[in-house]
Amino acid sequence: MDISRAHRGRVLVIDDDSSLAEMLTIVLRNEGFEPRVCGNGALALSSVRDFRPDVVLLDLMLPGKDGTDVCHEIRAESGVPIIMLTAKSDTVDIVLGLEAGADDYVVKPFKPKELVARIRARLRTFDEAAPADVEIGDLVIDVAGHTVKRGDESLPLTPLEFDLLLCLARKPWQVFTREVLLEQVWGYRHAADTRLVNVHVQRLRSKVELDPENPTIVLTVRGVGYKAGEPARTP
Amino acid sequence: MVSSRSAVHAVGAPARWLVVGWRRSIQARVVMSVLALSAILAFLAGWVLLRQVTEGLLDSKQQAALTQAAAGIDTAQSNLDEAELSGSFDIGPVLNQLIEVLSPRDQSHVDYGVVVIGPMSAVRPQRATSWAPRSSAEIDIDRSLPADLVAKVKSQPGSWWAYSRVGFGGPTAQPTPGLVVGSQIQVTNTGQSYGLFYVFPLQEQQATLAVVVRALVAAGTILVVLLAFIAWVVTRQVVTPVRLARRIAERLAAGRLEERMHVRGEDDLARLAKSFNQMATNLQRQIYRLEELSRVQQRFVADVSHELRTPLTTVRMASEVLFEARAGFDAATQRSAELLHDQLDRFETLLTDLLEISRFDAGAASLELTEFDLRDLARQTAAAMRPVAERAGSELRLIVPAVACVLHADVRRVERIARNLISNAAQYGEGRPIDVTVRSDAESVSLLVRDRGVGLQPGEEALVFNRFWRADPARARTRGGTGLGLSIALEDTALHGGSLDAWGAPGRGSVFRCTLPRQPGHAVHPLPIALDQPGSPAELVGGPYAHYPQITSGGAR
Repeated sequence: MDISRAHRGRVLVIDDDSSLAEMLTIVLRNEGFEPRVCGNGALALSSVRDFRPDVVLLDLMLPGKDGTDVCHEIRAESGVPIIMLTAKSDTVDIVLGLEAGADDYVVKPFKPKELVARIRARLRTFDEAAPADVEIGDLVIDVAGHTVKRGDESLPLTPLEFDLLLCLARKPWQVFTREVLLEQVWGYRHAADTRLVNVHVQRLRSKVELDPENPTIVLTVRGVGYKAGEPARTP
Repeated sequence: MVSSRSAVHAVGAPARWLVVGWRRSIQARVVMSVLALSAILAFLAGWVLLRQVTEGLLDSKQQAALTQAAAGIDTAQSNLDEAELSGSFDIGPVLNQLIEVLSPRDQSHVDYGVVVIGPMSAVRPQRATSWAPRSSAEIDIDRSLPADLVAKVKSQPGSWWAYSRVGFGGPTAQPTPGLVVGSQIQVTNTGQSYGLFYVFPLQEQQATLAVVVRALVAAGTILVVLLAFIAWVVTRQVVTPVRLARRIAERLAAGRLEERMHVRGEDDLARLAKSFNQMATNLQRQIYRLEELSRVQQRFVADVSHELRTPLTTVRMASEVLFEARAGFDAATQRSAELLHDQLDRFETLLTDLLEISRFDAGAASLELTEFDLRDLARQTAAAMRPVAERAGSELRLIVPAVACVLHADVRRVERIARNLISNAAQYGEGRPIDVTVRSDAESVSLLVRDRGVGLQPGEEALVFNRFWRADPARARTRGGTGLGLSIALEDTALHGGSLDAWGAPGRGSVFRCTLPRQPGHAVHPLPIALDQPGSPAELVGGPYAHYPQITSGGAR
């Protein structure tokens, strides 16, 4: 990770615990990020507009406003990567957070290295030597422009959803297991929570599929994982 | 062979149905008992009644017969005496006449017959016509006179009687029961004596008795059936509420706690229903209270979790910063930073394990099922745990079969089981190799972790799964670990309906085997790792398997 890119990272910490927030800023600054703290859920949205962060760290338990609500609000107007800080490893809360639009989550107490790795994974861009356009189903992915189009209509995807779609579209012949997707899209090197993949595939489908009940672009391969739909060449 | 077996089955089915009905239904039992007992009673009563009637009938007949016979015998003797006085020595015609006199007058109603035999003395009469026997019509002499009665009449004077079967109504008629009365009659001047017999057929009495028997059987049958019906009706009144109570109890047991019995009237059954309802209400209240308690407990655990974790995160990050910067500290501060760092790891693991255990205790643990291959999981976990094992000086060896070992289970829990077993093996493995083996059969898959370290004393197999139990208290703290790993592994296994077993021999190591059903909740038979295979308990303990009884835990929950 070179310094120049790390400096690019503006991180908004939304957490009511001032000690933890302060500690986070110390650690993040040490790692070369530019952190800012927002201690109240009600002010979160204006902070996002104001600060224009590259990553948001969001505590799920906030006074004033519930973390999942904040997540919904931010997601409504921005595709900024959101990483939840959660004290609960309970299934329901994590799934709710992911469905509200969070890209990833870290369970307290986490190690600073773990958190930094997650932030870096979200900041990393998917820009290897890439062909101009990739097709998947009836969609065209403009890799350089970071946009996805169906005909002339542009589909609003978050960076994570864009990465997920691109990952599948680049190798349409390959079936991706959830573990492989976790590694390639989320940057996990060890087995992690495959619910991340399930929830985000659902979210992606709700945006790109004409009929999310009968997907044609992101196909499920039962018992294995997911694969891209056939490119539809319409004259 | 097959067909005969199936025939037995075909016969067996209704019999089984009857047996089940008998065992299950009080009503059936009561009705059957009443039926059996009243049948016996009716039979006894009928038998006594029949005896009485028979005796009554025969007594009167006997009286009449003996009177008639006595009168007849007198007449015969006096007729003989008269014939003697008139000087007739040919006794034959006299006897014929005698028979005629004594025979029934009314030819349309012949209800007895007369037989004369003799002479009974050894002296031969002068004329052949003096020879008896002769009889009135319709008597079959050979079949009618019982031999012992004839002998008695011959040897002693006086009149004798006996019941016998008599031939009456011609030679073709069936023998019928009858009464035979006999006496000697004397011819004084020749000194000869003849036997005079009255034969009374008892056909009428027999017919009467047959009618009585028919009536008794009919009455008895009706009585028995009626009694059974009454028993059925009476037991129905008792059994119906009991059955109702059973149904309600079953529903209560199935968790429908608001079910109650309908109370009607004030009899015993109504009081039963009332008590039953009261019991149900109390149970319901108690269950709700416990549920509430459990909810509060869970809530508390969640809160504690959150409240503890946030400061812990801060502390941990601070310690991490200090630890990274320790090179610039003096020796004491440097060591302090290291200790802080290491112990925080332990504190965190302990907290995580405690929270997990409390979640199990609160019954809040649930399975999140996916399908996966245990071989992949073993490989991944072994790869993740290899650094831990190597720090303890142990080589971690993986033995997996060539075939897939796919199961439907909670992958995070199974991974935690594997991690806990391997970490336990590393802690107590004394730096010797650790084998991780995967096996499967049709219904279940097994993960076996074997170390060659301190092993287990006899009897410790049951204790290792206890919370905070340590094999060696003196050295306990230096080994690290929370003391909860195996307990959690046991709970995780139990949640899948699997079984977790331990074997060990002191100084030779121990084996932990986790067997999981391919489908959660299915029964497991911990077979996939046979005893004679490498890494098996038998090989490990090196002696008779029976000396180290298998401790199966969790499977029964």
